Amino acid sequence: MTAPLMQLEAVSRSFGNNLALNQVSIDVYPGEVHCLLGDNGAGKSTLIKIMSGVITPTLGTIRFNGEPVTFSSPRDAQHYGIGTVHQDVGTIPLISVARNFFLGNEPTKGWGPFRRLDHKTANRIALEQIRSMGIRRVTDAEQLVGTMSGGERQALAIARALYFGARLLILDEPTAALGVKESKVVIDLIKKARDDGIALVFITHNATHALSVGDRFTVLIQGRSAAKFLRGEKSREEVLNLMAGGEQFETADHGD
Amino acid sequence: METTLEPARPRKLGLVERLLRVTWLGPAIAAIVIYIFFGIFGGATGFLSVAGTAGWLNTAAELGIIAVPIGLLMIAGEFDLSTGSVVGASAIIVALGSGFYGLPVALTIAMALALGLLVGVFNAFLVNFTKLPSFIVTLASNFILAGSALGLSRLISGSSNVSYRDAGWAEPLFSSKWNFFNVSILWWLLAILIAAWVLRQTRFGNWILATGGNADAARRAGVPVSRVKLILFIWTALSASFVGIMSAVMYNQGNAAQGQGYVFQTAIAAVIGGVLLQGGFGTVTGIVLGCIIYGIVGLGLFYTGWPTDWLQTFIGALLVIAVLTNNLIRNVALNRGKSAR
Repeated sequence: MTAPLMQLEAVSRSFGNNLALNQVSIDVYPGEVHCLLGDNGAGKSTLIKIMSGVITPTLGTIRFNGEPVTFSSPRDAQHYGIGTVHQDVGTIPLISVARNFFLGNEPTKGWGPFRRLDHKTANRIALEQIRSMGIRRVTDAEQLVGTMSGGERQALAIARALYFGARLLILDEPTAALGVKESKVVIDLIKKARDDGIALVFITHNATHALSVGDRFTVLIQGRSAAKFLRGEKSREEVLNLMAGGEQFETADHGD
Repeated sequence: METTLEPARPRKLGLVERLLRVTWLGPAIAAIVIYIFFGIFGGATGFLSVAGTAGWLNTAAELGIIAVPIGLLMIAGEFDLSTGSVVGASAIIVALGSGFYGLPVALTIAMALALGLLVGVFNAFLVNFTKLPSFIVTLASNFILAGSALGLSRLISGSSNVSYRDAGWAEPLFSSKWNFFNVSILWWLLAILIAAWVLRQTRFGNWILATGGNADAARRAGVPVSRVKLILFIWTALSASFVGIMSAVMYNQGNAAQGQGYVFQTAIAAVIGGVLLQGGFGTVTGIVLGCIIYGIVGLGLFYTGWPTDWLQTFIGALLVIAVLTNNLIRNVALNRGKSAR
């Protein structure tokens, strides 16, 4: 079996007196989808903030390619190849597909005061990349992102992260606001990225979506890792029970 | 606009769609309609003459030197209502310095620009660190500066209105005229070219759009959001300083109370020009058209011979129509793509 790309070892994080994450360990493998399940306040957001470098753990170790690492910022985590696709997809509705795609990494040509955006290259690459995700309705890199559907925007964000060298993709509830058809588009993208050898962390509330692509599963309840299992080890009912069980035990707000 | 049906995909851009891409279409049509309107009602008395044309162009230019960077700042999602006081304070610094203290004009100009820089940094600092809305922050700095300029001017010279002393070299730069056309039109043109280049052709331009569109998403993508705002606040304040200096040289005097008109006129010109009030959208062409519309209405009404009391009513109505039209065009442009599934 291949070695894990990223490992969290007994990671804890507290905010004041509130222990948001309590000794959670997770292994993420290349070419696999690791599903993170759990109710609101279970610690999922805290966990992905730690993985993407937004916050640092109070205790515990993060390993990347076996080496212990500390992420000082999201930018730092990105340098390791960790791409995060947030719930708001990190796209901006009233600027073009290409401008969104290259935001913060804009290609330029010329020098000195005449250094300018290379619109031609940006448009060509953005369109190529988004179409390679199977999004065929986008025919023009200058169209506004606001004209795209929710699923297409997720595809844009995923394409963007992969193009800029992400080897590990964290998808924060990418299907939460989508209809059935649109969700399928995103699930297919996850499968495609997995087949390309990308390591994926898939956060969701939806057991059906999780079971359709997940290789490994971690259920968080009140900041603890309540269950860990592999694909096929638990039935759909058992997974649903676990997720609902978390709800019953949920007494305090762990506000992450 | 909504009557044509979407062609099946893959689709080419139709005429309507291509026109909708031209986001400054609304203000362009408005400018033409308003020009024709005043051509009809004010043409006989000289609105269409060289003097009339210079009149509205001069107005648009003085407004536009500030309104163009204000527009960029608004695209980045922030307001600057302190420009009015910076105009007045800069004019009084140049007038007091040269006329009252007898300092070299170049030094007084440098001092006025330094004040602009200071105000810009102050505004950006408060907005970035307190996260207070810039509307309130800059409104407050406008009042603080207006009061200080007036108070200090009275304290020093006993008057809020001080004469400027000629420097010789500054006049051609700031108060030349060809026919009736002021040199300010050239300065405006320079401001337009720089702003258009920055917004369309530079990385910074992309960051301006992203900062106003979704500051959190922009930050996560690596855009230095606070620095973008800092640079734009400095740009607007320096432009206001420039207009203050120009007016002191042009009118041979500085008045601490002048310039308050710019506070809202600049924002109005930007909005008429299609800049989205909550940020994230707008073009330099649109802002320029907004300034031209403002100039035409201001001067045109004068040529019609109608009582100019109605000017503000006219501007107010125009503002509402402009915002409604711009929203409509933007929504149609966004929905067309979605319905083509």
